[in-house]
Amino acid sequence: MVFHSKTLPWLLLAPQLAITLVFFFWPAGQAIWQSTQLQDPFGLQSQFVGLENFLRLFDQPSYLESFRITAIFSALVAIIGLSFSLLLAVKADHVIRGASLYKTLLIWPYAVAPVVAGVLWLFLFSPSLGVIAVWLQNLGIGWNPLLNGDHALVLVTIAAVWKQVSYNFLFFLAGLQAIPKSLIEAAALDGASPARRFWNIVFPLLSPTTFFLLVVNVIYAFFDTFAVIDATTAGGPGGSTAILVYKVYQDGFRGLDLGSSSAQSVILMVIVVALTVFQFRYIDRKVQY
Amino acid sequence: MVRQRGILDWISHGILLLGVLVVAFPLYVTLIASTQSLPEIQQAPMSMLPGSHAVENYTRALTQGSSLGSTAPVARMMWISFVTAMVIALGKIAISLLSAFAVVYFRFPGRMLCFWAIFVTLMLPVEVRIVPTYEVVSSLGMLNSYAGLTIPLIASATATFLFRQFFLTVPDELVEAARIDGAGPMRFFRDVLLPLSRTTIAALFVIQFIYGWNQYLWPLLVTTQENMYPVVIGIKRMIVGGDAVTEWNLVMATAVLAMIPPALVVVLMQKWFVKGLVDSEK
Repeated sequence: MVFHSKTLPWLLLAPQLAITLVFFFWPAGQAIWQSTQLQDPFGLQSQFVGLENFLRLFDQPSYLESFRITAIFSALVAIIGLSFSLLLAVKADHVIRGASLYKTLLIWPYAVAPVVAGVLWLFLFSPSLGVIAVWLQNLGIGWNPLLNGDHALVLVTIAAVWKQVSYNFLFFLAGLQAIPKSLIEAAALDGASPARRFWNIVFPLLSPTTFFLLVVNVIYAFFDTFAVIDATTAGGPGGSTAILVYKVYQDGFRGLDLGSSSAQSVILMVIVVALTVFQFRYIDRKVQY
Repeated sequence: MVRQRGILDWISHGILLLGVLVVAFPLYVTLIASTQSLPEIQQAPMSMLPGSHAVENYTRALTQGSSLGSTAPVARMMWISFVTAMVIALGKIAISLLSAFAVVYFRFPGRMLCFWAIFVTLMLPVEVRIVPTYEVVSSLGMLNSYAGLTIPLIASATATFLFRQFFLTVPDELVEAARIDGAGPMRFFRDVLLPLSRTTIAALFVIQFIYGWNQYLWPLLVTTQENMYPVVIGIKRMIVGGDAVTEWNLVMATAVLAMIPPALVVVLMQKWFVKGLVDSEK
């Protein structure tokens, strides 16, 4: 059942399409174009250099290092975040009384802006006055994320995971509540221990949720943690927390190296496209047993 | 029957409580720090009990701001964040409703092309086109304005899909009935579709308000003047490097203020929030 009109649908679509064209497609095209250009230091002239910017990029140890950091960081965020949230969701699903209270108490970090999450943890871990930093120093750990790259990575990871726990928790809890209780009771009748019931029944049945959350968390770590990093470490020390997105910003906006920044943007676009296609192709199919 | 009462239940509650405490710990410390004076915070470790400077810190943050770094009053930043978040949330809902309506209820050449054009924006987040988008906005003269803060973020593939999915479930009989009664497309949209979409709109509003309030990278690019900083940028600019100079008592008060509106929205509209979150991932 449809309406007939030649102009009305275009009028209805106009605002969305206008914004899409001006602020999405035009800049994306510009990024691709600029990635093939080499600008002189004053930004007055540029010449076509083909793929040189990309080749130069992959010769740069700092860019390859940024790839490595992004991989480690997103793996840490996904694994730690998912395990912690799954543990809490399983327990919340188990208790009869208070499950919804725990839910309310655990979902609010979702509302906290990533940059505020970064500021909170920066304060707790600040070497000279942070509460946790002082505990660590009392334990004999020379905590200093301003100088030690590993410490900085730990700090960024904790802040990023903390922000994402509520999201993971909500989806895990919904997934767990959708599992038929009869299956678990049948296993219990057969004498399966709680641990066995979890690993042999609950965990496999939960795999679509887990897989979905894994993809979402990787995308989150790749792109949405920019604010967390900017607030806590600003990519430092010495680039040890400069993930790919942060490096695009550093090189393009701070370093004003347009060619290199655009080439990095194009590489990121390819990564997003790959992740999105992956998400849409496999998530509907469900990793079901 | 599977529930073994007693010890196992207590362990579950124990683990949950521990989880809640770990998650809430940063918030607690922030609240405490926002009630202490700067010297009190600086004696490491700071006291874990509330201080007596709450009123002073919050008043100073709201009316004067920090004296170093960003010096804009936080009340101003909160207002900018509020306007931005509202415009983004309502704008996204409005233009997505319209485009979903066009795609579902009309047949016209280029329909699928439009649909795909909107879909592809999912793959072009701000993060991957930082510099060129900034150039477009600055050449349009939209830096340091509400228009620059909001309009580029209003396009939304997710919201369009959500409304499209919903419209597809609306029975054809309603359209027929409306047409027999002589209603045109816009009348049908306003009197039938819009009232039916209320719950979807509410759920999306919660998610998009938080999205708008928490935007960071975009305002970081388009605001260069303090009087247009939203609170998320302001708080970052208050941290001037070096613990000796940052006025942590004010930063912490600002952090609390910045958390209140979105947290209120999530906790008070929890039902819509969960629906919105689950729906927008479908």
